[in-house]
Amino acid sequence: MNTSQTILRPAPVFDAQRIRADFPILKLEINGKPLVYLDNAASSQMPQQVIDRLVRYQTTQHANVNRAVHTLSEIATSEFEAARHKLQHFINAREEREVIFTSGTTDSINLVMHGYGRKFIGAGDEIILTTLEHHSNIVPWQMLAEEKGAKLRVVPVNDAGELLIDEYEKLFNERTRFVGVMHVSNALGTINPIRQMIAFAHARGVPVLIDGAQAAPHMQVDVQDLDCDFYAFSGHKLCGPTGIGILYGKAEQLERMQPFKGGGDMILSVTFEKTIYNTIPYKFEAGTPPIAAAIGLGAAVDYLSGIGMDAIAAHEHALLDYATVQMKQMPGVRIIGTARHKSAVLSFTVDGVHPHDVGTLLNQEGIAVRTGHHCAQPVMQRFRVPATSRASFAFYNTMAEVDALIAGIRTVQKVFA
Amino acid sequence: MSDYKALYQEVILDHNRKPRNYGALEHPSHHAEGRNPLCGDHITVALNLEGENIGAIAFQGESCAICKASASMMTTAVKGKTRADAEEITREFLAMATGKRDLDSLGHIGRLAVFAGVRDLPTRVKCAILPWHTLHAALNSIASTSTEAEEDPMHAPIGDA
Repeated sequence: MNTSQTILRPAPVFDAQRIRADFPILKLEINGKPLVYLDNAASSQMPQQVIDRLVRYQTTQHANVNRAVHTLSEIATSEFEAARHKLQHFINAREEREVIFTSGTTDSINLVMHGYGRKFIGAGDEIILTTLEHHSNIVPWQMLAEEKGAKLRVVPVNDAGELLIDEYEKLFNERTRFVGVMHVSNALGTINPIRQMIAFAHARGVPVLIDGAQAAPHMQVDVQDLDCDFYAFSGHKLCGPTGIGILYGKAEQLERMQPFKGGGDMILSVTFEKTIYNTIPYKFEAGTPPIAAAIGLGAAVDYLSGIGMDAIAAHEHALLDYATVQMKQMPGVRIIGTARHKSAVLSFTVDGVHPHDVGTLLNQEGIAVRTGHHCAQPVMQRFRVPATSRASFAFYNTMAEVDALIAGIRTVQKVFA
Repeated sequence: MSDYKALYQEVILDHNRKPRNYGALEHPSHHAEGRNPLCGDHITVALNLEGENIGAIAFQGESCAICKASASMMTTAVKGKTRADAEEITREFLAMATGKRDLDSLGHIGRLAVFAGVRDLPTRVKCAILPWHTLHAALNSIASTSTEAEEDPMHAPIGDA
C-alpha cells in the first residue's frame, strides 16, 4: 500500500436540480414568472414520492386502523404502525411507543400542556419559556398559568436574537416545574443551545419540551442525545401532508401523564362507572387518526433520509450564507436575527417599505416569502418592528433563487424610491 | 413588472410618501382606533363633526403603503362632507375593494378607484379597508375596531388573510 499517495475525493455535489425534478409544484409559474418558493418555514412542498404514496394508500390500502379483522384494516394498521417505526428512527427515539401521532406541533404542545401541565403544575409553580417562542408554545402555557395560578418566566435574547443563557439559568428556583423552548426560531432562524439548556434543567429535576417544528426538517435530530422529555414537530414542514404531527415523549413521562382527548382507541375498557385507559402511545390517540397523513409522513422521512439530513443541512447553510452576504451589502436592508448559529431563515426589513408591500411586490416576481409577525409577536416587540419579511430555504432551493430574491428586493426599492 | 399598475400606482405611492391630513387633532369630537391583527397595521382616525359636516379630520399610525394611502385619500374624500355622505362613500369603497360591486355602479368613488386593483389581492383587501372601518367606527362612537372584529357592523367576511 502506498501511503504517500493521497486520494482526493471531490466533495459530494448536492444536485438541487435533480431534487427539484421530484417536486411537481416547483414547475409552476406565478404571475408569469417561475415560482421561487421561499416560504418553507411556513410549509414545505411535497415530492412526487410522497404524493404517490398517498395515492397508493388511498387506492389500495385504506380502511380504519386497530378495528376490524378484515384484510384492508390489517394492511392499514400495519402501514400506519410502519410509519410510526420510520418516525421513531428519524428522531432516534428509544421505543416506538414514545412516538405519538398528533395533528401537528400545536396539537403536540397542547397535548403536553393538558396531559402533563394540568396534572403536575399548580398554583405558584413556574414555567420557563423564551422570548423567541412561537405563539403555539406561549398560549397553551398562558392558558395553564391562568387556570392554575402558575407563573410564566421568559428568557430574554440579545440583539443578535440569541438566548441569554446566563439569564435562563438565573430564572430557575424551587418553584420551576417546566421548560418549553424552541429548537430553531421560526422568525429569526436562531439555533438554540438546547442540549445545554436541557442538561441544566434536568440537573434541577425540571422536564423540558422542545418545539422542533423548524429543526426537524433541516437537521439531524436525535432525541436520545438531546435527552429532551418531549419533542414536537409537524409533518407539513417536512415534505409531508398537513394535519399530521409528532409528539415524542419519554415513555416514563407519557405513562404518568393523563390523557388529553377522550374517545375510541384510547381505552382498554369502558363502563359508565369506569374507563381503563389504553397503553401509550394509544392513550393519546383518541378517535380515528389521520392514517393517510401518517403514512405520507412516513414516506416523507424516507425521502429526506434518502438525501441525508446532513447533506440537506449543508446545502441550506450554503444558501443562507450566500443570501446573507448579498443582503448585508444592500443599503436600506436590515437583517433581523444575526445569531452565530442559524438555520436557513432570513428575516429582513426594507427601509421605508412595509413588509406587506415587500411581499406583494415580490409575489409579482413569482417569489413567495412570508410577511408579518410570524406568530411570534414577542420577537417583533423585542426588535421593535411591527413585522418582517422572511425568506426561508429548503434543500430544493438554489443559488439562482437567492439571486432572484435579491433582484426582487432591488425592484421593491425602485418602486418605493 | 407587468402588474404594478394594478395596485402600486403613482398616486398611491405619492399618498404613502406624503400622506395628507396626517397627525392628531387636539379635541376631536369623534375618534377611533383600528387594527389589523394579521399584519400589525394600526391607525387612528380623529375628526370634528360640525353639525352633520365633517370639519377637520386626521389620521396617524403604523401601516403598509396600501393602508396609509387609503387613509390619506379617505381623509381628503370625506373632509367637508356630511356624515351620511361619508358613510355612503365608505359603503362604496368596501363594495369596490371586496369586489362586490362593479366600478360603474359606484357613483361616489372618484379618485378612490385607484384601489380597485386590491380586489385581486385577497390578502391585501384588509389593508385597504382598515381606514374605512376605522372612520365608520369613529362616526358611530365605537372606540376601537379591527378587521377581525365580529361585532364590527361593517365586518366583511373576506376570508382569512
